[in-house]
Amino acid sequence: MARTKIYVPRETAAVSVGADEVALAIARIAKKTAADVELIRNGSWGASWLEPLVEVDVDGTRIAYGNVAADDVESMFVADLLKGGEHARRLGPTTEIPYLINQDRWTFWRCGLINPLSIEDFELHQGFNALSKAFAEGAESVLQAVADSGLRGRGGAGFPTGIKWRTVADAAGDQKYIACNADEGDSGTFSDRMLMEGDPFGLIEAMAIAGFAVGASKGYIYLRSEYPLTHSILSRAIASARDAGWLGEDIKGSGFNFDIDLHLGAGSYVCGEETAMLESLEGKKGIVRYKPPLPALQGLFGKPTVVNNVVSLASVPNIVNLGGDRYSSMGVNRSKGTLAFQLAGNIKRGGLVEKSFGVTLRELIEDWGGGTASGRPVKAVQVGGPLGAYIPAEQLDTPMDYEAFISIGAMIGHGGIVVFDDTADMAQLARFAMEFCAIESCGKCTPCRIGSTRGVEVIDKIIKGENKDENYDLLVDLCDTMEGASLCAMGGMTPFPVRSALKYFAEDFASPNENQT
Amino acid sequence: MATIDEKTTSEIVAEFDSRPELLVQILQTIVMRFGWIPEKTIRQLAGELNLSRADVHGVVEYYHDFRTSEPGRHIVKICQAEACQAMGSRELTRHAETTLAMSLHDTANDITLEPVYCLGNCACSPAVMVNGKTYGRVDAPRFNALLDSLRGDD
Repeated sequence: MARTKIYVPRETAAVSVGADEVALAIARIAKKTAADVELIRNGSWGASWLEPLVEVDVDGTRIAYGNVAADDVESMFVADLLKGGEHARRLGPTTEIPYLINQDRWTFWRCGLINPLSIEDFELHQGFNALSKAFAEGAESVLQAVADSGLRGRGGAGFPTGIKWRTVADAAGDQKYIACNADEGDSGTFSDRMLMEGDPFGLIEAMAIAGFAVGASKGYIYLRSEYPLTHSILSRAIASARDAGWLGEDIKGSGFNFDIDLHLGAGSYVCGEETAMLESLEGKKGIVRYKPPLPALQGLFGKPTVVNNVVSLASVPNIVNLGGDRYSSMGVNRSKGTLAFQLAGNIKRGGLVEKSFGVTLRELIEDWGGGTASGRPVKAVQVGGPLGAYIPAEQLDTPMDYEAFISIGAMIGHGGIVVFDDTADMAQLARFAMEFCAIESCGKCTPCRIGSTRGVEVIDKIIKGENKDENYDLLVDLCDTMEGASLCAMGGMTPFPVRSALKYFAEDFASPNENQT
Repeated sequence: MATIDEKTTSEIVAEFDSRPELLVQILQTIVMRFGWIPEKTIRQLAGELNLSRADVHGVVEYYHDFRTSEPGRHIVKICQAEACQAMGSRELTRHAETTLAMSLHDTANDITLEPVYCLGNCACSPAVMVNGKTYGRVDAPRFNALLDSLRGDD
């Protein structure tokens, strides 16, 4: 009998709920029962609510078992696991799990499928095809495909990637850089992490394509330090890519040189802002720079630099492979292609859902997410991280579309969707937004540095019922100042969650006395 | 955790080719191995990297990861960000503070308790990091079990 492949994710969420222990138990029992098993540590398919999700390859079909605990493994072997036997944890074929099949997997299609650290497996699944195609067709063809795709920056700002790449390609400079922003600090987001843990070579290939297109020979990945497992996976993948000649001098005889350095952040949220990230990459405090000059013209060490989010970059190989038009045929209006939505917080079926733009917030939360984890009604949803507005349940039918979100005073950002049930205290969450800004402000501009601290104080006074009307006006005024006069989104957008909490959940700001009357 | 000595500091600087633009990476390497950065190391780094002490000090002060006092043998971080709040991290933090008889940012009985703003494990909230490993779906009993496993190490 041939070796049976068993997949257990080595991905932060899966490992955080026991995947390593499950893998150990499988290895132990396989040894004890002399079962011929090949244990593969894959990335996650993104159905975090089912983790640890174990799969067994039965004649080419992967049979999934969900929420497996180490204690389940023995009984799974007894139930003929290697043949996909019936068991309380058995879900059936992975390709029939509705959560996974009803997606549009453009960027994340290899995540879960392959062994992330096997360059052979990557190449078996179209790996480096796009880079080879780029070498064959030339930089201009890549730039055109990216422009045609309508891809916009997935880090949150939504700036057209094609324009950014063109600007750097056209900029004069002896040295140019690709700086990949992997400082995924927004609460409720983990798509960068899942991509890097599940398909690290995909990101490496994408960065090399970007370098080839704009004429950069050096790339940096700025990874947040809160992701130690990602760091280990990514460093191993970079080393393998170098060994295999996909990074380094004269890549595969193309004459193109490109290498990647992996840098760690150090726990600063603002370093996710592109210019602060560049400062940090230069070894300095992560203080936001004035713009202009744009990083595309004077970025890292003053040189023309493409700063792109992980998911923006990782969307490119398929754009090169399949054509920009294919990508832009998905989505709605000016929001082309797909976004990896991340369902988080109080949600029954949390995880990653890559879907074309246009899907509504309600569809994501109800159809995929299954509503709240607590079973209570949804009270508010924060989309786009800590600087995103709190959206009330009445607005759940808003389609995921950059401009539709702007029109309701919200933002899509990096696609994080954090659900709160009706026990959430929106006044405390508004206070937290200001508090977080005070903790994380880089300190360069006054509205952010001082405004956030004053914001906490004023919200405290409102909650206590002190000169309520006056303090309410003061808070609105403070929000205006922060929004209009801050240097970057940290101070400039902290008012979004605050204002939305005030607007839609005013009753939460009532003092205890008022509640009694 | 041991405290970094002069020789090891020089070795780490050499690993990074004494390049001042790698200061954040050098400091991160020190913190990952030793947990904190003593004042004398700041002085030594300034000298070896040809930076002013103010430059190095400023960078150390700026980043949350760069502790300037010795942490406990075990570092427990509880996520305070919104997704974890939606699943009860405020209550979990209070539970931790009560159980350990300490507040966030304190060090006592070999444990340093710290806040963290997102571990990227937001679909398995609340999340906690213990000695560099992330744990998900952490309720009070699971938190207690994690603490017990630390005591088992002693």
